[in-house]
Amino acid sequence: MRRATGYGRRATVRSRSLLPVAVATVVALAACHRENRHFTAPPGTELSPPQQSMSGLVAGGESVEFRKQQGKEYEGNAYHMGEGKRLFQWFNCSGCHANGGGGSGPALMDDRWIYGGEIDEIYLTIVQGRPNGMPAFGGKIPSQQIWQLAAYVRSMGGHGPKSARPGRDDHMQRDSEQGRRDQPINPAAPPSSTD
Amino acid sequence: MPARWFASIAAALMASSAAAAPTPPPAAAPQDDGNWAMPAKNYASTRFSELTEITSDNVAKLQVAATFSTGALRGHEAAPIVFGDTMYVVTPFPNRVFALDLTKPGLPAKWSYDPKPVPAAQGIACCDVVNRGAQYYDGAIYFATLDGQAIALDAATGAERWRVKLGDINKGETITMAPLVVKGKVLVGNSGGEYGVRGWLTALDAKTGAQVWRAYSTGPDKDVLIGPKFAPFYPAEKGQDLGVKTWPPEAWRIGGGTMWGWISFDPELNLIYHGTANPGPWNPEQRPGDNKWTGGIFARDADTGEARWFYQSVPHDLFDHDAINELVLLDAQIDGKPRKVLVRPERNGFLYVIDRTSGEVLSADAYSHVNSTLGIDLKSGRPIHNPEKEPKLGQVVRDICPTAPGAKDWNPSAYSPQTGLLYIPHINLCMNWESLEANYIAGTPYVGANTVSFAGPGGNRGEFLAWDIVQRKPAWSVKEDLPLWSGALATAGNLVFYGTLDGVFKALDARTGELKWQFKTGSGIVGQPISYRGPDGRQYIAILSGVGGWMGAIVSGELDARDPTAALGVANAVKDLPQRTTKGGMLYVFALPR
Repeated sequence: MRRATGYGRRATVRSRSLLPVAVATVVALAACHRENRHFTAPPGTELSPPQQSMSGLVAGGESVEFRKQQGKEYEGNAYHMGEGKRLFQWFNCSGCHANGGGGSGPALMDDRWIYGGEIDEIYLTIVQGRPNGMPAFGGKIPSQQIWQLAAYVRSMGGHGPKSARPGRDDHMQRDSEQGRRDQPINPAAPPSSTD
Repeated sequence: MPARWFASIAAALMASSAAAAPTPPPAAAPQDDGNWAMPAKNYASTRFSELTEITSDNVAKLQVAATFSTGALRGHEAAPIVFGDTMYVVTPFPNRVFALDLTKPGLPAKWSYDPKPVPAAQGIACCDVVNRGAQYYDGAIYFATLDGQAIALDAATGAERWRVKLGDINKGETITMAPLVVKGKVLVGNSGGEYGVRGWLTALDAKTGAQVWRAYSTGPDKDVLIGPKFAPFYPAEKGQDLGVKTWPPEAWRIGGGTMWGWISFDPELNLIYHGTANPGPWNPEQRPGDNKWTGGIFARDADTGEARWFYQSVPHDLFDHDAINELVLLDAQIDGKPRKVLVRPERNGFLYVIDRTSGEVLSADAYSHVNSTLGIDLKSGRPIHNPEKEPKLGQVVRDICPTAPGAKDWNPSAYSPQTGLLYIPHINLCMNWESLEANYIAGTPYVGANTVSFAGPGGNRGEFLAWDIVQRKPAWSVKEDLPLWSGALATAGNLVFYGTLDGVFKALDARTGELKWQFKTGSGIVGQPISYRGPDGRQYIAILSGVGGWMGAIVSGELDARDPTAALGVANAVKDLPQRTTKGGMLYVFALPR
């Protein structure tokens, strides 16, 4: 949708201002990124990183900057976030964090982050686990899928372009169930006994 | 009508109802000595105090006598324990134990004990990091920690006598229950029905902590301690290795049936009674079959643990309806015959009266709004499912009543032999359910369902119900706005006590339900009220205030109810709770003014 509109404007607005052109180009590029599909992980990221790093220095790769660069590949990409949403259920994340509202684990859709809310921080939290109950998934889940999970977790709080974020699941609740109900569901149901 | 005449009629009515009222077996409920040594008060689990200083006539003057901050901020589900001149309080995680000196003003601590449970255990506690209490027995305090340890402390000094690791967090096992000590054996079971654990109840030697026996809830008969003496009442419970055969291949190994609730003991029959929790995963289509021995009640030999009978109130559970609620032992006249019964207000919304010698269901009456079960077939003992409410993969099944925590969860009722009424603090919520395919990964959840809970018919989310055991109907009830997650206490002063999720502690007339007194505590109440005689001879009432547990997790876990499935679906039903209460952890002790 947006890509078509953007390209369409390009010809007519050239003489007036370059701003719409710039906007259109950014939108177009974002749209391209949104639709990228990497079915294999970029070279050097297929292996899970060490389960636990107690030092800021890690031999042989995985520096903080490298991770941040990695994260950008996943943030804002519809395919990766969509996969992350599927994996969030698949690896039982939802059993503790529900669909972002939390349960035995903390809520992920709010703006409080115990161990950091940047994508590379979420990535490390999933890989290493955290002391108060977050299991370590490093070695259990391929690295690319952890990045996808991290990108989806960030999207729960509204991060990443709206056009790329997975849709919310509204099917569990109808408007009529938001509040109280005054009418009995089944008038025949009040306490009865069966002998 | 002359007041005196009215009073004499009332007295006569009371006397006649008292004559007909069932009574707990004396061996299981000896005369009240003023202590409160176990959460259920006695082995019959009546939670009834015979103390009469505080009455429905003077309770209006009840006031705070002492407070104590526990330092913990999660759901305080425990009952304080009193023996002699000391009160013992066990907190939610990190499960510290405090011994408070009842002889001194302000109840200063005599000692405290920090078991330092592994913090990672918090990640596999489905429904807040709660603990339901300790027991005093023969000079020692027995309790369990969230990370799966049972611990015995010297009651006088707090010195550790022994500690035993029973559960493995990497298998999803935790412990939240209050152990029960019977004939020198500490009975303790595991939690983790939402994590693919295999449920068990273990007996430890109270002196040494050595394991005497362990009975699993699933698997081959020898693991379940089913042998030649096993004589269940119903045919569905008869057969070899049903704990294997009523499951898909190998599913029993991760099938749940945990034991995190209540145990009762009949010394005359030498039987203990305990329930078994939900099968896993919640998605019922992943585990066709009856899923024995989950969702039912065991009678076991108190010495050997051998199973004597089993009744499956929830075969092939469809809705996470654990069968671990309290079991109140009563001797009653039923249809003109004396029967030894146990009474169980079950999570599925039915109140069962069961012959505790045989496991025969004598009656099962709906005590709340139920549309998922059409009734209980007393010939087979089996519930009749409403096919419209059965979960199916790929569908959202709507308006299932009661909800996943049931018409009533773990929070125990109280029974008064004076009134013949069982006082049931319970829930009025319904839910939508969507089954999902659950994957088993050890140490992570094994649920397979999205649920969303909301207020049931009438809009009141809770109810405090006085149920007439003989008449098999409500005597009176009080509708509560919020779901009730606190236990109940009945006293011989014609009173019943309970607390609300927003922290109001209430005393009601036991015969009429009239509100006689209330006090707003600092945080929501999900604990168990008790009554005891202090070293000064006066009667006291005590309760822990500190919101949490499954129903209060939205506050204690700071959850976000914009996601209606938060807290396994119950956060949606109590969206307003964060505006009505905050986290806390405080003991309140009440007495009449001197």
